[in-house]
Amino acid sequence: MIKNRVSGVFDTIHDTWAGLPGWQRWIVYAALFVLALALPSLPISSFMSPHVSWGDVLFFPIGVYILLALGLNIVVGKAGLLDLGFVAFFAIGAYHIAYIGTQTEWNFWAILPIAVLMAAVSGIILGAPTLRLRGDYLAIVTLGFGEIVRITAVNTEAIGGTNGIAGIPHPPSVEGVVFFGHEIFKYGLLDSRPYYYLLVLLCAIVIILTVRWDHSRVGRAWAAIREDEDAAEVMGVPTYKFKLLAFATGAAIGGATGVFWAGKVISIVPQDFPFMLSATILAAVVLGGSGNIPGVMLGAFLVAWLPERFRGFAEYRILVFGAVLVLMMALRPEGLIPSRQRKAELKAGTGGMGSLGAEVGGPDSVEAAEVAK
Amino acid sequence: MLLEVKDINVHYGKIQALHGVSLEVDQGEIVTLIGANGAGKTTTLRTISGIRSLSSGSISFDGRDISKVPGHKRVIAGIGQAPEGRGVFPGMTVHENLLMGAYARKGELDKDLAEVYELFPRLAERRTQLGGTMSGGEQQMVAIGRALMTKPKVLLLDEPSMGLAPMLVAQIFEIVKEINRRGTTVLLIEQNASQALQIAHRAYILETGRIVKSAPASELLNDPAVQAAYLGAGLEH
Repeated sequence: MIKNRVSGVFDTIHDTWAGLPGWQRWIVYAALFVLALALPSLPISSFMSPHVSWGDVLFFPIGVYILLALGLNIVVGKAGLLDLGFVAFFAIGAYHIAYIGTQTEWNFWAILPIAVLMAAVSGIILGAPTLRLRGDYLAIVTLGFGEIVRITAVNTEAIGGTNGIAGIPHPPSVEGVVFFGHEIFKYGLLDSRPYYYLLVLLCAIVIILTVRWDHSRVGRAWAAIREDEDAAEVMGVPTYKFKLLAFATGAAIGGATGVFWAGKVISIVPQDFPFMLSATILAAVVLGGSGNIPGVMLGAFLVAWLPERFRGFAEYRILVFGAVLVLMMALRPEGLIPSRQRKAELKAGTGGMGSLGAEVGGPDSVEAAEVAK
Repeated sequence: MLLEVKDINVHYGKIQALHGVSLEVDQGEIVTLIGANGAGKTTTLRTISGIRSLSSGSISFDGRDISKVPGHKRVIAGIGQAPEGRGVFPGMTVHENLLMGAYARKGELDKDLAEVYELFPRLAERRTQLGGTMSGGEQQMVAIGRALMTKPKVLLLDEPSMGLAPMLVAQIFEIVKEINRRGTTVLLIEQNASQALQIAHRAYILETGRIVKSAPASELLNDPAVQAAYLGAGLEH
């Protein structure tokens, strides 16, 4: 079957990759980083984005979606907690830079850590009472949280109500640093590229952090929680603490993304943070291969890029996009580039997201096999 | 007394699953808790290991009240569990599953790993296989081996015979006996009463959330009422 052959190819690539010595892998990483930085300047814009400026599309939605997906991946892909309100943390980051930036004379970079910290704290505030819930129940509560944050913003005059906040500070520019024929540290209104570079940098930091954690006790604890929470607890894993950690980390990444995004767009309104955005980022994570960083990035790229690329189809593009998503989930439910671990989890009907929270095994799960006997 | 469960009541929402269950497990014993489906056996075990919280009553272990201690700390205290339905981590290899058992403790693992692999040679052969791709019997071995890696003073086993072929069941019970012979106390939950009673020292019978009988295992094996209800007396098997 084509399906198996495709996964076979991915497995081969993965094995070859894992077998390479460390320094060779680092060369590839560095090359990818440079490629990401060069993307807006490559002569591909007429193909990649015929309708809108390629640099703009790279910043939003592509860059922002990829970062949000990396953040949500820690919650959903690593710890296996279904979060339907991730947009809330993006909003909290954005509102913090907006409010503090317009009320005080503080520098963008001074506000960034505060906003990120506040996003992480809000993750803990949301998580502390709700992480005792599981699966569907957690999903419903997080969905509510996303809506609560948006509706609170609409109804709070101090942060602008429905009009939101305008005049958010850009990061301070450093003029005269010319690269690829343009100023790379000049944070103005027109050129998206300097902001895009910031996102690439943040992406690199997030990826390095996630990978390092993945190979530590933290990663093992998350994997155990994702695969079987009760079993993890009776192995001595403090499951509640590690779930909170996943929530706070994901929230911090979502918040940081919100800060960079708000610093570029200058004005934000509550309608910028609809439930659809949470759903889209979740779709990106699942489509790409929940838990696997390259997969999640590819998923986010496609989810962000396809609707922009096919803007020509006007309103039909979302219909087509929906059809593509449905088709994908039917043919390749484990995502485009799943990890091998993920595939095994899906087969066993675990992994939190494996059954989308419902406690029902897949057709080839152990439980189903036992019932069939 | 190593483990002492005193008059515990456990609720699922408004439904009461356990009505004043009391049981004791002494150092070095194999104690079995038998009963029909839905009698509350698994609930009892999950309450002891801390996954479920109790409404009233107390659990003490090693002379210390652990009723309010979270599950992951009870593991460190010495309560190891092989959960119901095996609970093997499907995306981890056999070896990684065993290492998860040692998650909460520091120090040398090689000796303990070697001992588990010696008890279950089958697992040594399949060290790098993913847990989710193994057969039911093998998964049960992983679950027991993993629980042993927590270095438990008492090992809680939840229906190790579930869904296994008779030959395998006999093998698993032999291993449980061997584990006990090597010094680990065992609390065994079973529906397969005849097998469990044959290896246990003492037994409790649980019916609809209440302990209805407790006696030495050999006595229950010969009790006509128990034979009729749990051992299928008069039936060939």
